[in-house]
Amino acid sequence: MSKRIVVDPVTRIEGHLRIEADIENGKIKDAYSSGTMVRLLEEILRGRDPRDAWAFVGRVCGVCTSIHSLTSVRCVEDALDITVPANAELVRNIMFCSQYMHDHVVHFYHLHAMDWVDVVNALKADPKKTSELAQSISHWPKSSPGYFSDIQTRIKKFVDSGQLGIFSNGYWGHSAYKLPAEVNLIGLAHYLEALEWQKEIVKVHAIFGGKNPHPNYLVGGMACAISIDDVSGLNAERLAMVGQLLKDGKEFIEQVYIPDLMAIASFYKDWGAVGGGLGNYLVYGDLPTNGYRDLTGYKFPQGAILNKDVSKVYDVDLKKEDEVQEYITHSWYEYKGGNDKGLHPWKGESKVKYSGPKPPFEHLNTNEKYSYLKTPRWKGNAMEVGPLARVLVGYARGREDFKAVVDKALTDLNVPITALFSTLGRTAARGLESVLTAQWGLEFFDQLLANIKNGDTRMADSTKFDPATWPKTALGVGHTEAPRGALAHWINIEDQKIANYQLVVPTTWNASPRDNNGKMSAYEAALIDTPVADETQPLEIIRTIHSFDPCMACAVHLYDEDGKTISRISVVGD
Amino acid sequence: MANDLTHIYKLMSRLCLDDTQKPSGMNNDVLPKQPTYYEEVERKGYSRRDFIKFASMMTAFIGLEQSAIGQVIKALETQPRMPVIWMHFQECTCCSESFIRSSHPIVADILLDKISLDYSETLMAASGTQAEAALKNTLEKYKGKYILCVEGSVPLGADGVYCMIGGKTSLQILHEVSEGAAAIIAWGSCASNGCVQSAKPNPTQATPIHKIIKNKPIIKVPGCPPIGEVMAGVIVHYLTFGRIPELDNIGRPKAFYSKRVHDTCYRRPFFDAGLYVESFDDENAKKGYCLYKVGCKGPSTYNACGVTKWNGGTSFPIQSGHPCIGCSEENYWDNGRMYERGSAFAGFGIEADADTVGKVALVATGAAIAGHAIATNIGKSKLIQKNEEEGRESEHELKS
Repeated sequence: MSKRIVVDPVTRIEGHLRIEADIENGKIKDAYSSGTMVRLLEEILRGRDPRDAWAFVGRVCGVCTSIHSLTSVRCVEDALDITVPANAELVRNIMFCSQYMHDHVVHFYHLHAMDWVDVVNALKADPKKTSELAQSISHWPKSSPGYFSDIQTRIKKFVDSGQLGIFSNGYWGHSAYKLPAEVNLIGLAHYLEALEWQKEIVKVHAIFGGKNPHPNYLVGGMACAISIDDVSGLNAERLAMVGQLLKDGKEFIEQVYIPDLMAIASFYKDWGAVGGGLGNYLVYGDLPTNGYRDLTGYKFPQGAILNKDVSKVYDVDLKKEDEVQEYITHSWYEYKGGNDKGLHPWKGESKVKYSGPKPPFEHLNTNEKYSYLKTPRWKGNAMEVGPLARVLVGYARGREDFKAVVDKALTDLNVPITALFSTLGRTAARGLESVLTAQWGLEFFDQLLANIKNGDTRMADSTKFDPATWPKTALGVGHTEAPRGALAHWINIEDQKIANYQLVVPTTWNASPRDNNGKMSAYEAALIDTPVADETQPLEIIRTIHSFDPCMACAVHLYDEDGKTISRISVVGD
Repeated sequence: MANDLTHIYKLMSRLCLDDTQKPSGMNNDVLPKQPTYYEEVERKGYSRRDFIKFASMMTAFIGLEQSAIGQVIKALETQPRMPVIWMHFQECTCCSESFIRSSHPIVADILLDKISLDYSETLMAASGTQAEAALKNTLEKYKGKYILCVEGSVPLGADGVYCMIGGKTSLQILHEVSEGAAAIIAWGSCASNGCVQSAKPNPTQATPIHKIIKNKPIIKVPGCPPIGEVMAGVIVHYLTFGRIPELDNIGRPKAFYSKRVHDTCYRRPFFDAGLYVESFDDENAKKGYCLYKVGCKGPSTYNACGVTKWNGGTSFPIQSGHPCIGCSEENYWDNGRMYERGSAFAGFGIEADADTVGKVALVATGAAIAGHAIATNIGKSKLIQKNEEEGRESEHELKS
């Protein structure tokens, strides 16, 4: 006899996610993932200036900020056949890398660590042993016994106060916490340190994009002119700051994040066999080295893997009608031609129609429609997107840089490659690609300097900025790899205006409800068989869910106020 | 070691670790005895002198006269900590992200150490029923005494089902949590004016907080997102004075929203001189000329970007070459195309069109160049002449 439990709100994520799970004999037997908020941005975009779209869709997400804006300008540039100058591509790449560095560190420490690190248990640690341990895994300077004992003293007073703030009602003392007190203390100390650090790396975005969150992008390039002899443009001072930030960021990732990740992972190797889920992985690829249109030059290669078979990587074509399709069998929408067919985004249609229980409610009717997210499929397959997918595709494509970091991690942890297909693998992959992006960021930075030194100071191509130069109609697709996975936007420009704008975003791939065949998407599949020691405390559930780094705000679909079906307009959530 | 300690304290306080608060429940009627700012500062090893320095800094930071320093010190010495509930509705979490980027270390430290962040879906350890229990606890125990921070708008369409948390609509939750709030802070443009989801045709009927809650003081802190230090500054104002900051006629703190980006912009002299970027990455862009002609909304936008700047003073949109998009203004998404020059800028007279603006610019150009010539008087005549010529060309284009 199974028991239904509800986790809502799932905290330490972006947005609003609800999980309902059936538990039997201490394990999850069935699970349902529901996005419970919509904003319907694509209808708002209709009729607007395509050059403005990046600002609207940038507001889809303030956590993986910048990434929708990047995708949007690419989408418009694709439609208008604009090639951005090499420097603009490099600046976008550098912003991409610094975004990963920020987002992944914040995810690990502030959104995920408390699933593994018992804050209260850190009080029992011996500061001297903690210091020795910290110094044995990293040369990060803040690792003295005094440093750790001071933190411990503060935490003790804090816990004794009974007023726990953000630590209130945490799962402290739960049997699923396995770390020695000393590792808990290191994790806690670095939670605090990472909070201080994270505000620095985003300054790269402020230099190139004026601010963060939500830096500015530009169709045709970037707005930050290179001007080495003027205080207003990118000059030696501005560039030196970027270089310093990237270097410091790389140091933090290599000396704090990765040692902590490996230390913590070594005590949770059993989670290398939990939360695997689908075994299908999809990557659109990003970080061009030879122009955005040359997929073979991407640092993150594109491709799809099915059934955990890394010996075969399939190519992906976003424009082909039979590849990416969206279903709404269990989503609060209606299709004109029936609820059970899948539609390619170009031919998509959506009319939002909530049919769930009237709030306040206890349970969703999971046999019917139960989410605002649509259900995307690739050639009919449910696919996982995100860091694990990227690392696996890079590995499967035989890329040396991926092989190096993956093999080292597997050796250090003494686990087989199959351990990657898991909750732990997902969390580890995020760290491994952080190492890579930190290295690549500096490579791109060096190339930018070399270009400028060689006299190339172009940053934007404005020849097609004037709408009068555009064709009457144009179609475009823009893609990227958001920190949370494969992301693409589709645009249809008519008479200089947006006739249709669609987004299919990473968390939609992962967090969507079942499809027309009852097949689960990644979250639901990954939760199956997850052990739950205490039904009243959903610690194991949020471990696996957090390993995906949910970002729900983008659960946005089209809606027609008159109740008419609108063809070729749809969308989903990051 | 001293540095190390200071660093740790800074870090700790960023997490709102209310280590010295007494266990609650001792007295249901009043707040538990809580340390004052001064006690806290003293305990952390800062000297009285440091404290007064901080108070002076805060005084300047929140835009008060020097004579108010005494008042600030007194407030900091006597005010208790403040429980804070932070709700997320229709939003993208950029406000929370901006808040954690607040960068004046000691100011941010003490600010964050002064609040007890009892409910925050972004940062709290607990999920589900445990999270709801934490919320309920604060609602009951600190009734009438907590600050409610709201990030996001509330959809009224379809009886509120477009945003639900824990099986309730955001509208139901907003009413519940605002009832016992001492004051409400509407973070960002979503909560204060609806932001992107309320742009036409506003399909979910996304609604800002002040249109729903009428019986509480509401501080609007618009911007997408607001600057992190501005968010911190708003909180410290409340804690310092025990009352909400002085607001303008639409509810924004005057300290941060009383000046137009245009009036505090370092590129303003180029506007006055009629020197404009004509297209992105052109020669004028490389010279840092005014971005008005490529759509800058600085002339109609009230925000602190030109002064406080972003990310620890690193830059702000105009400094990085992109026009201000006016993200702190109501209806900024429906205010015409982003890259077209403004048509109805406040300060240029009512409903001034681009041509009128051009004429104003024309007059300003003459004045600025004359002033510049008098000030420098020698040696620069060639440069001025050149600028003047460029300015005339721009004016010509503005008029045409």
